[in-house]
Amino acid sequence: MFEAASRAYADAGIDDPRKTVDAFVTCEEDFWSGISIFDEFTPDQLGGVYKPVYTITSDGLIGLASAYMKIRTGLFDIVVVEAHSKASEIITLNDIINFAYDPIYNRPLNLNPYFLAGLEATKYLHKIGGSRYHLSLIVEKNKTNALKNPLASYASKITTEDVNKLKPIIEPLNPLDIAQPIDVSIVVVLARSDIAKKFTDRIVWIDGIGWATENPSIENRDWGNAAYARIAANMAYKLADIKNPAREFDMAIVDDKISYKELEHIEALRLTGGKNVLRLLEDGEFNIKGSLPVNPHGGELGVGWALEASGLVAVLEGVYQLRNEAVGRQISAKKIVIQSWRGIPTTTGAVAVLTIDN
Amino acid sequence: MKTNLNIKNRVAIVGAGLTLFRRRMLDTPKELAWGAVKMALESAGLDIKDVEAVVIGSAPDAFDGVHMKGEYLSDGSGGIGKPTMRVYVGGGTGVFTPIAGWWHVASGLFDVVIAVAEEKMSPAQPHPQYVFKHIWDPIIERPLGLNLIWIFAMEMHRYMYRYNIKKEDVALVSVKNKANALDHPAAQAAGKITVDDVLKSEILVWPVQRLDISPVSDGAAAIVMVSEKIARRLTDSPVWVEGVGWALDSTHWTNRDLSYPKYLEVAARMAYKMANIENPRKEIDVAEVYDPFDYKELHHMEGLMLARKGEAPILTKEGITQRDGDLPINPSGGLLGVGNPIAAAGLMKVAEIFWQLRYEAGKRQVKKPVYTGLAQAWGDLMQVGTVIIMRGG
Repeated sequence: MFEAASRAYADAGIDDPRKTVDAFVTCEEDFWSGISIFDEFTPDQLGGVYKPVYTITSDGLIGLASAYMKIRTGLFDIVVVEAHSKASEIITLNDIINFAYDPIYNRPLNLNPYFLAGLEATKYLHKIGGSRYHLSLIVEKNKTNALKNPLASYASKITTEDVNKLKPIIEPLNPLDIAQPIDVSIVVVLARSDIAKKFTDRIVWIDGIGWATENPSIENRDWGNAAYARIAANMAYKLADIKNPAREFDMAIVDDKISYKELEHIEALRLTGGKNVLRLLEDGEFNIKGSLPVNPHGGELGVGWALEASGLVAVLEGVYQLRNEAVGRQISAKKIVIQSWRGIPTTTGAVAVLTIDN
Repeated sequence: MKTNLNIKNRVAIVGAGLTLFRRRMLDTPKELAWGAVKMALESAGLDIKDVEAVVIGSAPDAFDGVHMKGEYLSDGSGGIGKPTMRVYVGGGTGVFTPIAGWWHVASGLFDVVIAVAEEKMSPAQPHPQYVFKHIWDPIIERPLGLNLIWIFAMEMHRYMYRYNIKKEDVALVSVKNKANALDHPAAQAAGKITVDDVLKSEILVWPVQRLDISPVSDGAAAIVMVSEKIARRLTDSPVWVEGVGWALDSTHWTNRDLSYPKYLEVAARMAYKMANIENPRKEIDVAEVYDPFDYKELHHMEGLMLARKGEAPILTKEGITQRDGDLPINPSGGLLGVGNPIAAAGLMKVAEIFWQLRYEAGKRQVKKPVYTGLAQAWGDLMQVGTVIIMRGG
């Protein structure tokens, strides 16, 4: 946290966060960290002692939304958002995920927690007429894209044939369909517009942001539809005055913790313009040189699953792209959409529209 | 504390709800949350369909035994299909939840927001205190096998030593709060006890005794927070959120002076500045101060600058903090009397100030006229202060 915070403050031109920053948000869950009341361990390394510091138990993009709201109140000028993963210290990751299932109805099944993803992937592929091949196309695209991203841990020169050869762990998903964990800390500095202009002339604007929870009950949720992403996108698009999402963005970063989710999220964000998402995928329209590049950094399949920092991994890539700093994978982008999902078994996600001035 | 006071949108509380506070409640955490939300909505004359966003507060996940407790509670909290967010500052969460609700509305993004706090401590086995074995630095402190009561005993000891406070003077807080709770319909640990009862109760970790400390509890609380235009439409007696403040001290609790909660003073100054309060002792009419232990009420009164350092026991002894006193503290009965389902207990305090400022507290209504009230909570490693200031309409 200290290292990421130091780099973020240097990037923003903040000399002493203890004097300059008005509030700090950290994003973490107790069970990921192995500590009860995780937020105790946050203020010192961020420069937040005797400052308004708090934790949200959610993804970093929802942390960003929380900071965004605070600045809009008028009470805060500069707010820092931190999220991290120390997944390598979790010995029994799947057991922790199982503890997020309903303790009465679901947890006693004691299944591989990804059973839910397998069931939903099956339903979703059936709904859109997709196949195993389409999942492999996404894995190939994202892991190949990640080769150009120095921060990626799971980049690979891999083909659809390689992916198809693997045995499924939960039908129809095989190990390469599921993002693998990484350790990371990411810190983002937000400022009110007039204050931001004093710090830098390379400001990335949050034009709109939204978040939503659909339904924690796996029995009652809308499977194969990513309603949470749809609701969050509607909120973000309204704030950003996005009328035609399929045409207005130069690129998209969507959550691909599990391969099929990339397509589900592209549809929920209304990025297909009424076209068939499978045809767009097959035609390479989501590739770096396609009409709407999706996850040019490699997504979570290529970069890795950053637990609650997943949304900030997307924000970081968005900032690099908009500031023309995404060496090797640069896309000419002025307006982008980013989206996160908290992973199984949740139906919570967020969407943000980021832009940069010409 | 540098604050920008160009706040654009006023925020009002228009409804509050509370479940019973009990140990070993049969309701699931979701059901507890919904019980409080339903009562809060009904009291505001609203329906769940009117709610635009939900803020959930709950302390350690380990109590309820669920990973991602905010997700688990989201349907019971009324958050299905809505922007829903769980916030967390340990034991300070209960008062922090409405602070987060405040910025949801004050941001201009939402007009109607539910702030709900829930805790179900009693399922933790073999005792809820074991959850606190995992709140320490995993390298330096956890191997010592610390118990939470041990460090609070250190703080209590330090506070008493610094200001030469007697145990019987501290015990007066427990006597007052448990008696106040006799009038609270949700109370778990109300009672007519004496100072002698406290002093003769079982010693847990000296100087903490059984009756110095709040119970293990399950329960939930909720409030409805709305924008000014909605508030004017719904009620003639909105309660306005006029000030919010919170601050965290360093993780390294061993390096600070335990006799005074400096972090709380910082949080209080932030809230007072926003509420334009210059002399809290005169301008705060009624306060719900966090009292998981009896000495904490005194400690927090001083951190909030409602008493000078070392003066809170004197005010208590003189009856100033009684319901009919000049500065009523914890007219609800507090955590010592009503109970301590951690996050829900903090929000219960906000609900009590809401009822006090609307003159709806029934037998608990304080005698003096009330216009400005304060609720406060505390938590983490004796580290965080959360403060909210409310004014009647």
